[in-house]
Amino acid sequence: MGLNIADVSVVYPAADGRPPVEALRRIDLSVERDDFVVALGASGCGKSTLLNLIAGFLSPTSGSIMLDGRPVDGPGADRSVVFQKHALMPWLDVIDNVAFGLMLRGLPEAERHATAGRFIDLLGLGEFRRSKVYKLSGGMQQRVGIARALTCDPRLLLMDEPLGALDALTREKAQELILRIWHETGKAVFFITHSVEEALFMGTRLIVMSPRPGRIAHRFDLPFSRQFLAGAPAREVKASPEFIRLREEVLRIIFADEEAAA
Amino acid sequence: MTDQTQAPTRARPSSSGWLTRLTRAAPTRPGETYGVPGSGDTTWLSLASIALLLFLWWIVTATGWVKPLFVPSPGAILQKFADIWQNGFTNTSFLEHIAISTARVFGAFVLACALGIPLGLAMGMSPLVRGIFDPPIEFYRPIPPLAYLPLMIIWFGIGETAKVLLIFLSVFAPVALGARAGVKSAAIEQIHAAYSFGATRWQVMRHVILPSALPEILTAMRIGVGFGWTTLVAAEMVAATKGLGYMVLSASQFLQTSTVIVGIIVIAAIAYAFDLLMRAVERRVVPWKGRM
Ligand SMILES: Nc1ncnc2c1ncn2[C@@H]1O[C@H](COP(=O)(O)OP(=O)(O)OP(=O)(O)O)[C@@H](O)[C@H]1O
Ligand SMILES: [Mg+2]
Repeated sequence: MGLNIADVSVVYPAADGRPPVEALRRIDLSVERDDFVVALGASGCGKSTLLNLIAGFLSPTSGSIMLDGRPVDGPGADRSVVFQKHALMPWLDVIDNVAFGLMLRGLPEAERHATAGRFIDLLGLGEFRRSKVYKLSGGMQQRVGIARALTCDPRLLLMDEPLGALDALTREKAQELILRIWHETGKAVFFITHSVEEALFMGTRLIVMSPRPGRIAHRFDLPFSRQFLAGAPAREVKASPEFIRLREEVLRIIFADEEAAA
Repeated sequence: MTDQTQAPTRARPSSSGWLTRLTRAAPTRPGETYGVPGSGDTTWLSLASIALLLFLWWIVTATGWVKPLFVPSPGAILQKFADIWQNGFTNTSFLEHIAISTARVFGAFVLACALGIPLGLAMGMSPLVRGIFDPPIEFYRPIPPLAYLPLMIIWFGIGETAKVLLIFLSVFAPVALGARAGVKSAAIEQIHAAYSFGATRWQVMRHVILPSALPEILTAMRIGVGFGWTTLVAAEMVAATKGLGYMVLSASQFLQTSTVIVGIIVIAAIAYAFDLLMRAVERRVVPWKGRM
């Protein structure tokens, strides 16, 4: 059970005199319950396209996407998306942003604020419940976005470079936070990043994608997030010889891809 | 140590300071955003500008450069104002003129918003609605109200309907087009986020697109009511015996320049007061405008 992507291809039709773009070719991927799948790859290799497929914003040119045995046909509350930025509602304060999904379901205010309040606390935003989101820092806004996605209690959390806009320190803290929340809530996660270190640290499984046509070139199983959750300090995990060896290997693959493409 | 601070190291001549200000804004105080276009308080400049205009006006009349028939003095205008205020104009009290015109403009304005905003939103949302309503709106929009005034009178008579309808039409197009453009304000990520939480199309419309369109809708309303006042005089040209537009028109036929100017100032003052009100509403309703 879980998410099953079988033999999926996506071709964006020709436009403005450019030939059609084969954004994804014959992708096979399954995401089980409590998997943390990270997608890594050069710009333009089809990561966002894959996420849009899973989210249901895009239908594949061929192939099938099944969630718990049912085909995905459109977005739904069982798959919440966290965007890189610009996805909060500035006219709502923090708690109403977080409760947005529950409001759409028609829950009474007291109930949705209670649920939202728990996730706000979980993400360490307790004192900002009534703040305007446009007055928060980028890192805080991103946490609001994550809390909002979690309140809907999705089966699958989709994140498209959620930490890309954050500074190094905030970013590492956010990584640890997301891992803890993933561990506590037991959700499946599909996570896109450009950072090799972030990918290795967070995922239980890593897919490295290659462009033109977009495909999954390599797959790795990763132990590092479990080490961290078992109590090892994050920096120690990231500095372990095993981590560094794998990091260099993945970097080599990506650079080789870039050169082959150039 | 101390002699170093006394060394004559003038970093930059301060005389270039105000020149650089023209090309690059000064850092903002905490709580403000750097580089927001046109930020800054203008109250004092505006007051000074008004004072200067009044002074020039007073100068040209007091020195007799311009005959009172063309430009009456500020004092004469004040006197005229007091006179109309007490005795009315053509047997109708001043307040009644004001009330009637205001009722016409705001009646038409409310009607135009009630119909124009939903229609504009629907045009933004649905190609079907846009396809149907785009040609007629774009067709009549550039035509001056004076040009179709005769048609209004032929079709709807010389009563109140034709007058309000004429003003309504001039407000309707900008409001509808503003609402239609506002639909595009929501970021695609906001819309996708709502759908990914299971929103229906209607909910996305109600909870994402409508709120993010609000700044543009409010701006369109401000522009629209301005068009309404512009059209007032045309609307009160035919078969009117009351109203500020009527007052201005009939006074001009008798070369009562001061009455004309009183009418103009009163119209401008009402329109400006309403605009200030709308700006206050804007600050309260969409404080996030342009900030995310
Ligand atoms: N709407 C579209 N129409 C046409 N081509 C598209 C469209 N969206 C994406 N593409 C193309 O598909 C390919 C994959 O795009 P995608 O956005 O999935 O890449 P990505 O891996 O997310 O890149 P990045 O890391 O820069 O976000 C690119 O070559 C892109 O030009
Ligand atoms: Mg992308």
